[in-house]
Amino acid sequence: MSELALKVENLSKCYRLGEREPYRTLRESLARMFSAPFASRPNSSQAPAADTVWALREVSFEVHQGEVIGIIGRNGAGKSTLLKILAKITEPTSGRAEIRGRIGSLLEIGTGFHPELTGRENIFLYGAILGMSRAEIRRKFDEIVAFAELEKFMDTPVKRYSSGMYMRLAFAVAAHLETEILLIDEVLAVGDGQFQKKCLAKMGDVVQAGRTILFVSHNMQAIQSLCKSALHLNAGTITAMGDSRSIVSGYLASLSSMRSEKTWPPQSAPGNDEIRLLQIRVLDENGRDCNICPSSKDFYVEIRFLANTIYPALCVGFDLVTAEGTVVARSYQTDPAPEEWPQTQIGENRWQCRVPKGLLNAGLYYLSPKIGMHNLYWIVDLDAILQFEIILDHGVSPFWNVLNEKNRPGVIAPIFNWKEVR
Amino acid sequence: MQTSIEPTITIIKPKPGWVPIHFSELWSYRELLYFLVVRDLKVRYKQTVLGGLWAIIQPLFTMLVFTFFFGKLAKIPSDGIPYPIFVYAGLLPWTYFSNALSNSGNSLVGNANLIAKVYFPRLLIPGSAVLSALMDFAVSFLVLAGLLIYYRIAPGPEMALVPVLILLTVFCALGVGLWLSALNAQYRDIRYAIPFLIQIWLFVSPVIYPISLVAPKWQWLLALNPMGGIITAFRAALLGHQPIDWFLLHISALTTLFFLGSGLFYFRRTEKTFADII
Repeated sequence: MSELALKVENLSKCYRLGEREPYRTLRESLARMFSAPFASRPNSSQAPAADTVWALREVSFEVHQGEVIGIIGRNGAGKSTLLKILAKITEPTSGRAEIRGRIGSLLEIGTGFHPELTGRENIFLYGAILGMSRAEIRRKFDEIVAFAELEKFMDTPVKRYSSGMYMRLAFAVAAHLETEILLIDEVLAVGDGQFQKKCLAKMGDVVQAGRTILFVSHNMQAIQSLCKSALHLNAGTITAMGDSRSIVSGYLASLSSMRSEKTWPPQSAPGNDEIRLLQIRVLDENGRDCNICPSSKDFYVEIRFLANTIYPALCVGFDLVTAEGTVVARSYQTDPAPEEWPQTQIGENRWQCRVPKGLLNAGLYYLSPKIGMHNLYWIVDLDAILQFEIILDHGVSPFWNVLNEKNRPGVIAPIFNWKEVR
Repeated sequence: MQTSIEPTITIIKPKPGWVPIHFSELWSYRELLYFLVVRDLKVRYKQTVLGGLWAIIQPLFTMLVFTFFFGKLAKIPSDGIPYPIFVYAGLLPWTYFSNALSNSGNSLVGNANLIAKVYFPRLLIPGSAVLSALMDFAVSFLVLAGLLIYYRIAPGPEMALVPVLILLTVFCALGVGLWLSALNAQYRDIRYAIPFLIQIWLFVSPVIYPISLVAPKWQWLLALNPMGGIITAFRAALLGHQPIDWFLLHISALTTLFFLGSGLFYFRRTEKTFADII
């Protein structure tokens, strides 16, 4: 076994609830400062009060050099908090971690870019923010520019870039960070499909290079293909750690017990102040919730959300995921021609997406709601909220129905047309 | 680049109370400090017509207005030298101080996204804000050189003290800036208090008036304000119209060090919570 790169022991992090430090006024703090200037701050080592929440609780694990660990879990499970503590951005409440080697963190891509500066200037600035030296950036400069495919735009202020170009440049710099240990939080979800493939390939190279990586993602496929092992966090504690395939399927199974409808109360609905997801459900042709859908009938995915602002770049949709975590398809309202897109209204919106019959194979499927700004950032990015089952019964051939109803291979089961050629 | 065989080992654990300053780490991040300063400088006058001229316009016009109202109309004494150069020599360190103070006071909040997502010594943020304001100072210094020639004033050997005075001003702005930026991270009241604070501070500093306007036995009170002793000494060192008042300068140097030390102390103590509260 190779040497340890990272050793985490009983790491805990506790946050105060509500608006930051609710009952603390400037006057009160000043009084406390002067009465006990050397006392430690109340939100560090002391016993936390009742109005606190544990983002991480007694987390312990070890990572060996060259290992690539995926970290999965629901939103709020403590994944980002864990990375933030390891990246030294925030301090743990208790416990300790030992890191051997230079550590680099990519918790958000492009933080530190300045819109007024040119691409060239931003490469140097962002590189320095990520911890690269000037000589190092200069050495890799051409490679970074080539990777981003932005040779012509190096002297243009990045505020004139499209959002895709912006993300490409940011990823290109980040991808050339060469620390022994890398912490990555959901940074692959950028750019168009082709660039995403390139990012994944680059990630694959990084993995091949034998570096130690902690990788947080909601992309179960990326986790399975990049990471040998994975760690499942739930409510701040480790639920399971081990082979990434079994962890992913265990995680997905833990998320939803056969549920074809999920409604959130408006106050705690996922999203931000402008856009909130209120409900997602799977319906049959008659508008009834359906847990078990026959493949011979269309079914509908209905998303209800609240909009306080109208964004032209808003994408509302979902991922359709198999029980193993493979994404069968992603669908957005913006997939068809623009004139067919449903229009966002201020207030409540209720959109339906028809999933055609005769498409899916038998099995369990999950739906993960996704709302985002096109190519920019997620507003809602949840894993496997709904679970439903497809019963295969759209076969029209006597062979198909009788023999292969239960064990037909493939994620999908469409019927293609055959003809004889003379 | 270091080529150590032993890997660097980082221990992460909660650190109670007071945290010492990690000088070797600050040194290893010196290039980031450089890039942050360069960023501030490049961005400051982007998309402006007059660009760097603003660094001259600001103190120059303030000087003209002050000369008219305070010098001509209110007839405030100026220690026997022409009021325009008297007030400009005071405005020069003052403008730097007030710019550095408001930049650094708002710097943490202005870089909230960086603080929440990337680790680096947080001191670099108010530090770079204080340093980048020096550029404007250098530009407006040229105008002072012009005024010296125009009024035929030749600075004496005391001029050697000017770099020390500038350093003290930087320290003072940094010390107060550290306080304000750290407080601002938690209480956004500070954002609104800063312009007000600067305004009040101008009037308790001998910019518009000479410190000799105050009875000698009370002058030390004005020097408790670090800018009091610094501005008085700055003027004396450049214009040579009176000897440097070492007593006042020492008081101001001490209060400067007090602000710097306590600012560093408070900043380091609250630094670890910035990412959670900002």
